[in-house]
Amino acid sequence: MLVFVAFLFFLGYGFDRFYMGGGTMPIPIGSVFALGLGGASAFTSYYAGDRAVLLSTGAVPLTDVGPSAPEEDKLKYRQLQNVVDEMSIAAGLPRPKVFVIPDPDPNAFATGRDPEHASIAVTKGLLDAVNRDELQGVVAHELSHVRNLDIRLMTVIAAMVGAAALIADWSTRGLQMGMGGGSRSRSRSKEGGGGAFGLIVLVIWLIAVIVAPVIGQALAMMVSRRREYLADASGAELTRNPLALASALEKIDRAEAPTASVKRGTANLCIADPLGRAVGLREGGWSNLMASHPPMASRIAALKEMAFQAIPQSQ
Amino acid sequence: MAFWVLLAIVVIVVFWAIALYNGLIGLRNQVQNGWRQIDIQLKRRHDLIPNLVNTVRGAMEFERDTLTQVMEARSRAVAATGPVDAAKKEGELTQALGRLFALTENYPTLKANENVKMLQEELSSTENKVGFARQFYNDIATKFNTAQQTFPSNIFASMLGFKPAELFEITDAGERAVPAVDLSMKR
Repeated sequence: MLVFVAFLFFLGYGFDRFYMGGGTMPIPIGSVFALGLGGASAFTSYYAGDRAVLLSTGAVPLTDVGPSAPEEDKLKYRQLQNVVDEMSIAAGLPRPKVFVIPDPDPNAFATGRDPEHASIAVTKGLLDAVNRDELQGVVAHELSHVRNLDIRLMTVIAAMVGAAALIADWSTRGLQMGMGGGSRSRSRSKEGGGGAFGLIVLVIWLIAVIVAPVIGQALAMMVSRRREYLADASGAELTRNPLALASALEKIDRAEAPTASVKRGTANLCIADPLGRAVGLREGGWSNLMASHPPMASRIAALKEMAFQAIPQSQ
Repeated sequence: MAFWVLLAIVVIVVFWAIALYNGLIGLRNQVQNGWRQIDIQLKRRHDLIPNLVNTVRGAMEFERDTLTQVMEARSRAVAATGPVDAAKKEGELTQALGRLFALTENYPTLKANENVKMLQEELSSTENKVGFARQFYNDIATKFNTAQQTFPSNIFASMLGFKPAELFEITDAGERAVPAVDLSMKR
């Protein structure tokens, strides 16, 4: 998170230094303006995002689908409501709204700007695939996202990624124009910035601008992966049963098909990467850099480790 | 100069005390809410049990004893006074229910009955809720107590009239005892 702010600040600093006349301004106008724009887009998604997400996935409120369900599903739906109630008691949170997504692939996500406006959605496929304890683990994971305010965090980060991309965009445009016309005045102000040092900063900044969208995305995904581990761990703290979540994750992992009804933007709130990207087996590969979720195997390993810790001095 | 430094220190201390007080009040309310949550779930369990007994009664005519035991345990639990007594009576009720559920396994028609399944789900969920409500209560009460007892808030907490909250413990020695499982392969 701090890395993120620092990165954004560097981008904005360079922009001001080389375009706004070499740090004569008292405040970083460029970055403030970009953040403002990014913030405005984040603001709308902050207040209306949960409804948009639920609508786009075709989620149906459990209270609508429950009573009219066929007899063999009724118990499942009742179980879902009960499990959500149990977990919100364990977490000490208000009851979130519960939604069911008519999709055969097992997955689940949480959305909403704070615990008072939270919703949890699970796919029909998940209800069919997992048993009660495993469902509890999944719901605990989602409720942990709600409790840890991950939804808010990811919204803020999305705004910052947007701002970084904006600065980068403006800068590259500015460079192209600079090739043609008023490069003279700019190079003068650059030299005013201080000789060799200024040149080095300019080079680093240029590289940063070119890779900014990629780095921004990679940083966002890094935060997302950390929050997944955290939600796994605090979910296990709620159920005191990490193995149930581990076996639920194994089942979700085995059903590899992508969750068709979940769009890209929602990916980092799901329990498992809904795009079914084949990332995975080893930690730290290049493909891993852009993954919204840590590799399933290492999540499961971490959960199993928690379970062993629960047994004092076994041997 | 010295005056301003002193004033700054006083202001900082006052703000810190306000934050501490508000934090403790928030925690205390959460503790009380957690405690009430346990009661709500216990009440719900008491309400569900007559339904279950009525549903299974027809099919389980031969298990009249078990059914009466459950109903008696329930009325004792309803009449319990104070947390210690309640914990004991609720424990007995849980055991009676466990026996009843074990017996339903012998009745294939009951096991397949959707109503019975639904009631079992409701009851086991309510048991879970009681458990989770206790877990939450203990977690939040521990947090409350830690907030009061750590330095430097411990100096002010008792001055401001805060008392540590009691934790939920197993009161029945029988419940605490680890069940003896003999895995040695005797020949």
